[in-house]
Amino acid sequence: MLYFSRWKIYMILATCIAGFILMLPNFMGRDTLAALPSWYANTRVSLGLDLRGGSHLLLEVDMATVIRDRVEGLVDGARQQLRTANIGYTALNAGERAVTVQLRDPAQAAEAVKALRQLASPVGRTALGGGQPDLDVTADGDTVTVALSEVALRDRATQAIEQSIEIVRRRIDETGVNEPTIARQGDDRILVQLPGVEDPDRIKRLLGTTAKMTFRLVDVNADPNTGRAPPGSEILPSAEGDRYQSKYVIRKKVEVDGATLQNASAGTNPQTGEWVVNFEFNTAGANRFAEVTKQNVGRPFAIVLDNKVISAPVIREPITGGRGQISGNFTAAGANDLAVLLRAGALPAPLKVIEERTVGPDLGADSIRAGLTAVVVGFVLVCVYIIASYGLFGAFACFALLINIVLTLAALSLLHATLTLPGIAGILLTLGLAVDANILINERIREETKKGRGVFASMEAGFSRAYSTIVDSNLTTAIKMALLFIFGTGTIKGFAVTITFGILISMFTATVLVRLMMVTWLRRTRPATLPV
Amino acid sequence: MFHLRLVPDNTKIPFMNGRIAGLVVSAVLSLASVFLFFYPGLNYGIDFRGGIVIEARTPQAADFASLRHTLTGLDMGQVALQEFGSPQDVLIRLERQPGDDAAQQVAADRVRNTLAEAVPGTQVRRVEAVGASVSGELFANGMLALGLAMLAMLIYIWFRFEWQFGFGAVVTLLLDITKIVGFYAITGLQFNLVAVAAILTIMGYSVNDKVVVYDRMRENLRIYKKMPLRELIDKSINETLNRTLGTSMSTLLSIIPLALFGGEALQDFGIVLIFGIFLATSSSIFIAAPILLFLGENRLRRGTPTDAPAGNSPATTP
Repeated sequence: MLYFSRWKIYMILATCIAGFILMLPNFMGRDTLAALPSWYANTRVSLGLDLRGGSHLLLEVDMATVIRDRVEGLVDGARQQLRTANIGYTALNAGERAVTVQLRDPAQAAEAVKALRQLASPVGRTALGGGQPDLDVTADGDTVTVALSEVALRDRATQAIEQSIEIVRRRIDETGVNEPTIARQGDDRILVQLPGVEDPDRIKRLLGTTAKMTFRLVDVNADPNTGRAPPGSEILPSAEGDRYQSKYVIRKKVEVDGATLQNASAGTNPQTGEWVVNFEFNTAGANRFAEVTKQNVGRPFAIVLDNKVISAPVIREPITGGRGQISGNFTAAGANDLAVLLRAGALPAPLKVIEERTVGPDLGADSIRAGLTAVVVGFVLVCVYIIASYGLFGAFACFALLINIVLTLAALSLLHATLTLPGIAGILLTLGLAVDANILINERIREETKKGRGVFASMEAGFSRAYSTIVDSNLTTAIKMALLFIFGTGTIKGFAVTITFGILISMFTATVLVRLMMVTWLRRTRPATLPV
Repeated sequence: MFHLRLVPDNTKIPFMNGRIAGLVVSAVLSLASVFLFFYPGLNYGIDFRGGIVIEARTPQAADFASLRHTLTGLDMGQVALQEFGSPQDVLIRLERQPGDDAAQQVAADRVRNTLAEAVPGTQVRRVEAVGASVSGELFANGMLALGLAMLAMLIYIWFRFEWQFGFGAVVTLLLDITKIVGFYAITGLQFNLVAVAAILTIMGYSVNDKVVVYDRMRENLRIYKKMPLRELIDKSINETLNRTLGTSMSTLLSIIPLALFGGEALQDFGIVLIFGIFLATSSSIFIAAPILLFLGENRLRRGTPTDAPAGNSPATTP
């Protein structure tokens, strides 16, 4: 164990030097980094939100709404199919995940099933074709049930969450947050991490708005205050800021869908000076808008956002250019936010924030300072103790400890791992645990020396005997940390990461590197006794 | 050349004389801890219970009485205010608000706004709001991690040593963990994800400690074929005493700064780890070893003195 071949020595030294070079960008200023090649400048540890400040939001997609929307769509589809097929029914009801039809004539059941099956579309299709129908249509006497299949529900959920992530990403990009992380978590959750965001209020508001916009006609014949809307219409409240009316009776039929919007921007009306949102349709939307406005000159046309009427201006003349303006007594921020929402598109279902963790940037800076202080003080304390206990060999161990920190940082930088406050605690704890190897070795050498062995024999025995114990104790810690990494969340994972790296690296620094130092010293000085 | 020794070399402390006392004291403390776990119970943090934590810094020293009055006026259940660090730093904890996960958000925003009105210039430095479904999952995951860690340790030691060692280590670990839980109950420290990390760390540390002492026992079992188990265990503990205490010392020294400068979250972590190091060190000597003595007599020492071919002098391995 005491012999090191030349190339092995070079390898060990090269590892240490490479580690030192790799961790350097962490401590460079912005200007220095800019001058370096990007692959090198980018080998840096990324700081967790708890250290750099920022907001962590966990969002949940409201899957119940997703399913309900699909079922409501099915009701419309079923009505149409039955009418086309000339099948009479007495009731058509939407359930939780199924539509039931009561037929007037049970004899038509088979015919109804056939007609309703046409509503199904294949899901779970692969490149090879195949796929299953998303609906189960069954008949029982005069009742026909159209149920969403399990596969369909899952497929719909996946679609909804993927679509939501896309919309969330677009909305956040619009706000100009740097390096946001947006990731799917589990079946119905989206994790959003926003570095540097101190007050996530605006983003929470943006993400909490579904932004489903529709253009619909106002039912002018009905009185919104009666509390009852005629069939085909509904009573909707007006958005805040509407000066004219608090409630409107709005036709259910969507004349133009907000999905056909191509662009939107905030601006001011040159005449009144108030904030407005200018929008622009794509070709299909523009044609439709022109047609509707042509047919309904003189009637109020409601702009509905998430079931609230933003405004209901009277159409003065046909609008054929595909451009329009929404004025709803906006503030500058309100107009801007609406423009952002319209540009990014509507969410397939409402999102709820179910977890928020926000850290202000100066608390983050305080934490970094506290963490660094703790690491430096911890390092000094451990070194003083270990040198007092083992003299020169203790000093070797301390040097190895320093290299351990350097290599741990290098490993984290290479992997772009995230350093969190618990991660710093992990580095600190590694200091204590890593010298355990040296304590084991030194105690063993001391024992062997006491038994009257020679210098080289004692060293040899010390290292080889202690080795299995060192492997054992490090492995048990590594197992624990793997579990913490798998089951922990957020910043606590950082603890598992640094401690695992620190301990694995200590197998190199505390044994191989220290052995090299001790052997070199031994060969140079040829002492008669060991200083332990 | 002077070297610091925590204990002199060649100690011959008869630790096994205190085997009954050690086990009894440990069992009593653990039982008391289990009792404390149910009554008064743990102070679960927001990770596990849901709720809201807001850390604010007021422009001048905070007026706690008026702050408490203002926040209690919001009618959002119990509001706990705590000073930490400097007199300007206030930690506000609210219990989980009735309603769904989104209700926490609404409440957190209300507190933020109220603070801004009541004490202008207040800086909200940290906000955490966790709903019931998230906290439920975090708790389940935390407990799962602890359970699996326990199992992993049992399997690991079972593979590495004879079953008596594995049994001893796991029983000791159970006794250790109950006492840590008891420590949380007595001190009222927040029991959260950081606490799970602390328990896992102490478990790892405690098992390390046992492995080192067990390793030495096994080695001595091979060398001293005739020595009675009790004497052998004492000898092994004494031989590894300097290492055991040395490592405890170095780990302690690395953690003390955490307890001193770690800030709100890590301070608790540091304090619990310090307790855990004392616990793990003492349990290696006073619990893991006696269990092995009870289980191992006549088993680990199957070869009785009469048929030991190794002779009278201790055999040495090359």
